[in-house]
Amino acid sequence: MSKVRTEDLLEQFQLELVAGEGGVHREIHTSDISRPGVEMTGYFKFYPKERLQLLGKTEMSYFNELTKEQRQERAQRLCTDVTPGIVITRGMDIPEELRDAAQEAGVPLMLSPFKTTRVISRLTNFLETKFAPFTAIHGVLVDIYGIGVLITGQSGVGKSETALELVKRGHRLVADDSVEIRQEDYDTLIGNSPPLIEHLLEIRGLGIINVMTLFGAGAVRSYKRITLVINLELWEKNKQYDRLGLEEETMKIMDVEVPQATIPVRPGRNLAVIIEVAAMNFRLKRMGVNAAEEFSERLTKVIDQDQQNS
Amino acid sequence: MIERSITVELETGLQARPAAQFVQQANRFTSDIFIEKDEKRVNAKSIMGLMSLAIGTGEDIKLIADGTDEEEALKELTDYVQE
Repeated sequence: MSKVRTEDLLEQFQLELVAGEGGVHREIHTSDISRPGVEMTGYFKFYPKERLQLLGKTEMSYFNELTKEQRQERAQRLCTDVTPGIVITRGMDIPEELRDAAQEAGVPLMLSPFKTTRVISRLTNFLETKFAPFTAIHGVLVDIYGIGVLITGQSGVGKSETALELVKRGHRLVADDSVEIRQEDYDTLIGNSPPLIEHLLEIRGLGIINVMTLFGAGAVRSYKRITLVINLELWEKNKQYDRLGLEEETMKIMDVEVPQATIPVRPGRNLAVIIEVAAMNFRLKRMGVNAAEEFSERLTKVIDQDQQNS
Repeated sequence: MIERSITVELETGLQARPAAQFVQQANRFTSDIFIEKDEKRVNAKSIMGLMSLAIGTGEDIKLIADGTDEEEALKELTDYVQE
């Protein structure tokens, strides 16, 4: 995982650095943001000093009502040697005491022209993404009719070839072979390609091809939420495959259970079409249309009727 | 399952051609083989995954093998990157 430093925030949010230039390389370790309102009253027992601090209108107006000595003392206690930075919102005037304390301790003091709630949500989103749990999975990620489908399976089973066929049919490649996945929130998985091999596909016998230059910008996308896993495996004669589609298998990636279908591979089976249909069928199910279940109910009803009649 | 931390001594690092050769060697074994760098783990039998790690000479990597021929696989692949 890449490190997040205060200077990244400056770049990302166009904050104005007012004081404490010495600390812009400080690392941010948590996505939590603290609003040190109670601390300003002098209660520092639980001050989360390692977090990014945010001062809004409430904190600032209170601070300005304190005596000069109090302001000096509180400002110094706010600016610790591990605090990654203090953000002041609404482009408010910065009290001299705070500026001096930040400068002395090397805590970057940053000014944002926007409202507090807006700044908090944007900062939180940015930090949450940066600190999201991360993993890499061997597979191919394709966007099929707007569904992010992760195709997994043993090396050489035909994942890349299937992806090529899918791209040829108008779908979009996200990543080949190695998919970087981060978990956002508790239920969302976002997959993207490692930057070095973005847009590339490896086909046995052809080598490495560039899908974007071959098929155009519409054939690729840089990231996609993963909602379905298709596991390709060589056809085993004695293994039971799903014949009805009533059961829903899942695969656990980090903390998220993703619906999964296992599709046996055998010469003569057009995998691209099968996966395309799997994606469409998955969409239908989510919209409330479940062909397998409807049929199963119909069958049950007919059997019941027959028994009553006899 | 066995794993081994090694330093890549291959002069050029795993550039495209050496990486392809590495993958070819890995594919001769039936064991599942993984390669890990900076906590990123990829399948050692897939060339794109391996190349996405951009492994240079002198870098520390971890080889992980799981299967009936894991010992042999690790030995051969270690030899390859340390020759």
